[in-house]
Amino acid sequence: MTRHRGRGMASINYPIGMNLGGDPSQALVHSNPSGKFTVALSSIDLGQGMKSVTRQICAETLGVPVEDVYVDTADSDTGPHCMGSFASRGTHRVGNAVMAAAREARGVMMEAAAEELEVNAADLETDGRGNIHVKGAPHRSISTKDVAIAAQFKQGKTISGRGIFLVPLSDVDPETGEMSPATCYAHACLVAEVEVDDETGEVAMVRMDSAYELGRALNPRLVEQQLVGGAWMGVSHALYETPEPYYPDPAHGPRDFVEYLMPGPGDVCPHDIAVLERPAPDGPFGAKGPGEMCANPVLPAVANAIFNAVGVRIDELPITPEKVLRAIKAQGGARPQARR
Amino acid sequence: MSKIPLQFRHNGRDVAIFVDGGTNLLVALRELIGDLTPKFGCGQGGCGTCSVLIDGELHLSCLTLAETVAGRSVETLDGMKQGPNLHPLQRAFADHFAAQCGYCTPGMLMAAKALLDRNPAPSRADVVEAISGNICRCTGYEPIINAILAAAGGRASA
Repeated sequence: MTRHRGRGMASINYPIGMNLGGDPSQALVHSNPSGKFTVALSSIDLGQGMKSVTRQICAETLGVPVEDVYVDTADSDTGPHCMGSFASRGTHRVGNAVMAAAREARGVMMEAAAEELEVNAADLETDGRGNIHVKGAPHRSISTKDVAIAAQFKQGKTISGRGIFLVPLSDVDPETGEMSPATCYAHACLVAEVEVDDETGEVAMVRMDSAYELGRALNPRLVEQQLVGGAWMGVSHALYETPEPYYPDPAHGPRDFVEYLMPGPGDVCPHDIAVLERPAPDGPFGAKGPGEMCANPVLPAVANAIFNAVGVRIDELPITPEKVLRAIKAQGGARPQARR
Repeated sequence: MSKIPLQFRHNGRDVAIFVDGGTNLLVALRELIGDLTPKFGCGQGGCGTCSVLIDGELHLSCLTLAETVAGRSVETLDGMKQGPNLHPLQRAFADHFAAQCGYCTPGMLMAAKALLDRNPAPSRADVVEAISGNICRCTGYEPIINAILAAAGGRASA
């Protein structure tokens, strides 16, 4: 028995969002009499950080502290329409919609403040700490709370804004076959190192090194969290998971967490991640979003690493010990490839 | 079938309920006591998110008959924070981004507490072993392992 080390890499070009009849998301922003703001969305935060990142985007656009913004998601009956949290579209599409809504709300807020301070709204600026003051004259100031109260109870104005971001449907050009299914693309490169046991066909992850280019990272810790967790899911798809291991025969398929294979805490490997920021021209503050891309490059990189280790090319997922062992036997033993 | 009277300590407080024979502890905690911190994941001991401590030992509440905890002490995540302050493990989970969707988090925290209560200075291998019965779909485990090690070390290194 020998354990063979192998290294493989993959690079990907990943479209943000989708192109099925156009890709819109909406957002509504309004102030409460307390001077705090509520963002209404139908986009779901399923742990990826949608609430955090839209909260940051709204606060930054309004010019108020992030603590003053509350994001309400999760009810598509009462919230404005959203296509959903998928296709890595959340930060880009919803973020842009929130920005548009916050810009409109900021316009009303500045008008209301101008009326209270008896100045021109164009001469006002926000300090990001909950106050609006005359440019160059910080003492001529009013808090966003007082503006909200004045707008509501004196001026009869709603400090609110509507936002929609739409990437229109891109049709295929009948002449050239061209289309533009996405407005921006994220990129990644990942190198996986594996160890393949030529007696059992088992593949163990040794380490991963990756670089992700995903526009501006609006919340670097959330981005890192996505990339770490997503790579694990990539490993899981590459080596473990399938609902139909004996496809097309569903018999003996996994029925529960005991039979459905996933790597556990003992199977994870060190992963060194570099995040490259190249702001997208049409992204909110330049963001694209890590999304699904964090899992994608792992699969081909692992398949390539297995080839590099033992010389077998497995082109069906997941790459189970059975498939590796059969392939090694079929070629008469492991054939380690050159290390690069 | 007649109901069975059952008394035990729940997070340091005496509780008395009536259960049907065969009721599992998870259902008793969630539906009869109203403690929703132990989650229902699989109902067959495969995922670990229903984990609780019984007399300080880690148990899967979905596989534990409620009657068997009579007179014993049951700890759930609901009893973990100390007054208004988060338990060091909870703080470390937050600092290390060790939760995303959060569904595994109650079980992870209970498994981690069981470990640190009996071994305050665990190795990385000890931590991996301790949470190996708990499935997490989002984090890739690494942040959870780091959080538990940080809580054990009493430091908040990222």
